[in-house]
Amino acid sequence: MGYVPIKGGKAAIEAAEELVRYFRLRGGSAPLEVKQIRDQMRLAVDQVMGEGSLYAPFHAALALKQAEGDTIEASFLLRAYRSTLPRIGYSLVADTREMAVIRRISAAFKDIPGGQILGPTRDYSLRLLDFQLVEENPTHIKEFLREFASKAGRGEDDGKEEVLPSFPKVVDMLRAEGLLETPNKTEEAEEIIDITRQPLTFPAPRAARMQAMARGETGGLMALAYSSMRGYGNIHPTLGELRVGYVPLRVHHRTRPDEVVTVGRVLVTEAEVIARMDAGEDGIPRFTLGYGLCFGHNEIKAISMAVLDRTMRTGSKEAPAEDEEFVLYHIDGIEASGFTAHWKLPHYVTFQSVLDRLRRAQQVGRKEEGSQ
Amino acid sequence: MREKKVQSGYNFAFLDEQSKKEIRRRMLKAVAIPGYQVPFASRELPIARGWGTGGLQLTMSLIGPDDILKVIDQGSDDVVNAVNIRKLLVLTTGVRTTEDTREATLIQTRHRIPEEPLEDWQILVFQVPYPEPLRRVEPSEVKTREMHAEADYSRLWVYLYEDIVRWGEITIGAQYPVMVNGRYVMDPSPIPRWDVPRLNMAETLYLFGAGREKRIYAVPPHTRVEPLQFTDYPFRVEDFRGKQCALCGSADTYLDEIIDDTTGARRYICSDTAYCAKRRRLKEEAGENA
Repeated sequence: MGYVPIKGGKAAIEAAEELVRYFRLRGGSAPLEVKQIRDQMRLAVDQVMGEGSLYAPFHAALALKQAEGDTIEASFLLRAYRSTLPRIGYSLVADTREMAVIRRISAAFKDIPGGQILGPTRDYSLRLLDFQLVEENPTHIKEFLREFASKAGRGEDDGKEEVLPSFPKVVDMLRAEGLLETPNKTEEAEEIIDITRQPLTFPAPRAARMQAMARGETGGLMALAYSSMRGYGNIHPTLGELRVGYVPLRVHHRTRPDEVVTVGRVLVTEAEVIARMDAGEDGIPRFTLGYGLCFGHNEIKAISMAVLDRTMRTGSKEAPAEDEEFVLYHIDGIEASGFTAHWKLPHYVTFQSVLDRLRRAQQVGRKEEGSQ
Repeated sequence: MREKKVQSGYNFAFLDEQSKKEIRRRMLKAVAIPGYQVPFASRELPIARGWGTGGLQLTMSLIGPDDILKVIDQGSDDVVNAVNIRKLLVLTTGVRTTEDTREATLIQTRHRIPEEPLEDWQILVFQVPYPEPLRRVEPSEVKTREMHAEADYSRLWVYLYEDIVRWGEITIGAQYPVMVNGRYVMDPSPIPRWDVPRLNMAETLYLFGAGREKRIYAVPPHTRVEPLQFTDYPFRVEDFRGKQCALCGSADTYLDEIIDDTTGARRYICSDTAYCAKRRRLKEEAGENA
């Protein structure tokens, strides 16, 4: 018999929750510290902050622990927590030229002012399982950190904060030469809407598209951007510049509105993609630009965003990635995963109703067959 | 019973006050334009998108400490999703809950309107998976909003007509499209056709919340709600003639078909489990008194 008429949903839920805890802990290993996750699962934490759209490394790490490493589940926990926080205000527009850079590369130019900085990247590592990690212990870590500090010419634990450099932008060079489209002034002048407070309407302002993508799920964005790179669409991107670093955020002082206060800095990844040329209003062809910016260190996401930013500005909408409604409605991992999971709920009432229709249609069909 | 344990560290009814105020304003607009889908900036909740977050946000924005809450899913108070939603609301508000439809001031539902008649002091909040009744004929939101603006429902009529040509019947089961106040075609959320007539000229305020799709709409009391139908193919509710509930004997309620695991025998049981239980209780009492 089905479980509708049976009492006991509450006890079942409690038992299931207990089982979740048991499955996480039954191995008997030492409990993971949230700080360990924050430090050593750095990229997962960054992905969860982006998709959860809350810059909170500690909370993201806690969410990852609770979700047993499931990033969508962790992002979901963070987003739900976010709903309980009042919106205090908005920062001033941040200028990424001020970014304290840890990584910066250009695929368009070999020589860029300030040079290419690989920073922490796995791009050129051989993807071989490192069995030494199995044996990693606190002594190894200490030794490595001491050696690293001496190589970097710094005393051990000198307490000084590393000073990171800032650089001009590669695309500014192209723009100075007139090779790049100039920013659309009407787009810039638009009041920036907050998609967490105002619903999306179409055509969506670019700011809304950027926000939706910044909260989007990395895998979802990548799949759609990849479809365009493979040929569903016609964009042909070149990575003008990809940079990762810390951007200072400023706000107007609450009681002294003329004063601007720096409230902190956030780690972001920024991608600028140079795409297919297009004729401007003056008839002169120029390169077009796609832009991506997301929380934390997440290069795949920033690049995918930049590609999709460009594809969505194609007038034609011939490919899915060029249709802004298609892209923006389907990239949110929290929404997509929730709805995908809801099929696990009972649908007895609706199924009974369609069953009734099918039986009725079968009756009609049989009657007609009999009459022929 | 009033549950004592309220989760500390959270605002009353989870959402912050600004958000609740915004949602209440959208609800007022929805009430003012019956059947019209008002966009709202849906918040993320601690339950998943697609599991009733639209209804929950309406409930959270409406609920006060003195409300008496009932939550049902598929007609039942005890299925896990209903239990879970009720748990969250109780945890963040501490309100009294009930299974008795006639006692609840605020009812959140998925897929059913309770069998017992509702009154003007009650509010029924629906969880809506697909708010757009035109989605089956038009995938684009931009276009469907245009069609609503122009009251252009021709393609939906053609769809119904083609259904009859192909199958000899309109095959839409639950979620049957309705015309509200002679102006907007509305998706009544996936209630069975059985419940559709109860939307018409009702005493109660019906509110619909779609969290993932970010829409709120409403049917205010005493509003015309007519299913789309042709004169020669009139709207029909589900056919339970000759069948009755195996538990309470009811022959005038929406029934769930239950197939016995071992014998394979088919039985019918009321989908509204609280009403079914009440009927059985009343019958027993009558039997004892006799």
